[in-house]
Amino acid sequence: MEKNVYLDNAAATRLDERVLEAMKKYFFDVYAVATSEFGYSLGIEAREALDEARGYIADYLGTNHEEIVFTSGSTESSNMAIKGVAMALKEKKGKHIIVSKIEDFPVLNSAKSLERQGFEVTYLDVDQYGLINLDQLENSIRKDTVLVSIQHANQEIGTMQDISKISEICKNKDVLFHTDATHTFTRVPLDIKKIQADLVTLSAHTIHGPKETGALYIRKNTSISKWMDGGFQEFNKRAGLENIAGAVGFTKAIELVTPEENERLERFRDHLIKRASAEIPDTTLNGHKDKRIPQNANITFHYVEGESITLHLDMRGFSVSTGSACFSKSLEASHVIMGIGGDHERAHGSVRFTFGRYNTMEDVNSVVDNISEVVQELRKISPLGKTHKEGY
Amino acid sequence: MKFPYSEKVLEHFRHPHNVGKIENPDGKATEGSPACGDMVSVYIKVNPENRIIEDIKFESYGCASNIATGSIITDMAKGKSLEEAKKITWQQATEALGGLPPIKAHCSVLAVEGLRAAIQNYEEKHGLVSEKSPTTIEVVNNRLKKVMNPLTGLDVVRTNLIKKIEVGNGRISITIDLPSTHQFAASIKEEIKEKIESLWDVKEVVVDFIE
Repeated sequence: MEKNVYLDNAAATRLDERVLEAMKKYFFDVYAVATSEFGYSLGIEAREALDEARGYIADYLGTNHEEIVFTSGSTESSNMAIKGVAMALKEKKGKHIIVSKIEDFPVLNSAKSLERQGFEVTYLDVDQYGLINLDQLENSIRKDTVLVSIQHANQEIGTMQDISKISEICKNKDVLFHTDATHTFTRVPLDIKKIQADLVTLSAHTIHGPKETGALYIRKNTSISKWMDGGFQEFNKRAGLENIAGAVGFTKAIELVTPEENERLERFRDHLIKRASAEIPDTTLNGHKDKRIPQNANITFHYVEGESITLHLDMRGFSVSTGSACFSKSLEASHVIMGIGGDHERAHGSVRFTFGRYNTMEDVNSVVDNISEVVQELRKISPLGKTHKEGY
Repeated sequence: MKFPYSEKVLEHFRHPHNVGKIENPDGKATEGSPACGDMVSVYIKVNPENRIIEDIKFESYGCASNIATGSIITDMAKGKSLEEAKKITWQQATEALGGLPPIKAHCSVLAVEGLRAAIQNYEEKHGLVSEKSPTTIEVVNNRLKKVMNPLTGLDVVRTNLIKKIEVGNGRISITIDLPSTHQFAASIKEEIKEKIESLWDVKEVVVDFIE
């Protein structure tokens, strides 16, 4: 197989060898269950590794170690946060929650699931860049609101919400605030001492760590029901055999992300956006120009369909994704592009490029060269947009 | 490398046949599906003596299976009489392509409909169409045979997804034998509305699910 240029790092990332090295010990040597302090030595060693991993993440976020619960990734973390709080507070406080329209599916579908169980959900609108309106948020909070869940950054268009202000509003109104930080964790600063979030979804799969490994930050004294029943692991908040290799791999993955790397991804992003907008006619940048995570670019190439673009690129050795309905598992156009006021047409030709550790500037230049050719070819056979420049 | 399509589909996708416009066509049509966003235009040049399709071209604003079906179906229709071309089905087109993933059947149907609509456009322009008849349950049922069940790649009628059809005073009510939370509920609903709303005497289309 020829070299594959992988630009879908928001979906999954290549594991870093150093992460695997760090994890190995917990598959082959220290494979015991994490025992109590009075257990056997292999179990104590396992427990210490788990405690150390937990401590590392807690320090990284500026929190206490008992506030970090390991999970099987961002889907579980967000389910646990939303359903756990809803169940804990439905009798005491009420049955209303607030989310944005463009949340990722774990949040959105947890909200919908609660709706079917008699909860009321407010879906906040977003503007053309994907930002929620803070006044609308404030006005939507009611006496019976138990939780506000607004993502730190969007999975498709990379727009970063002002979670500092959002958390302030929630605190003033005395309502719990959850944020899904899957696409920002380690890529942009997140200090829990400054941002008063009560629950934060974290994941290793976006930062070259192991898949199905994540954590949920739960502020001390937050009302949350346990919904995975079994043993008393994770401070009796989440039952199940601890994934110690995963926790160790997660911390190694965090440790390996450097500010220099984030700056490099940002240069890739800016270069791709700049070149694509300048060299290919009729494009629209999806998301915000500045309030954007470093690793994401999302562009609509008008008059052509996204799955056709991605398949052509795939045949040329590039992996990217699209918000086109034809590409989705439910045949529905991206709810994010539709949410920012886009129509089917805008979703139809949208392509997401997400960068990671193993990309180079050469990759960026070569994907722009190739997409430029592909779009030109597809526009030749498209019934739309024939009025523009010759050649396109 | 692993691609989700057959070699034949990829070949037609990479190098589609009969692409473009015909200036002053004898028949043309654009079919679109808002449910998936794809769109296809078909242009035909017809010999007025024997009503044989002498030239045919298509344009696609669609995904790979739409482009590939447009390519193969124009190949199949070229040189055929209008009557013969009308009878080309999407099953035949799909077979000629070496199969398509079930979820992609609706993109393929769109290209076939583009061909039929272009022929219909020719017939209307040349006074070959009979009077408009009122919409009945049977008419609705026939239209629904063009709506694909993405689970199977077969239409929603054949796969028994249509639980009930009611027709009255321009209002069509259709009940689908799926829960509203089903993965494809929204997409099927949108496609049904699109297919039925275009009937000349239909004012409103209501699509319900069983729960």
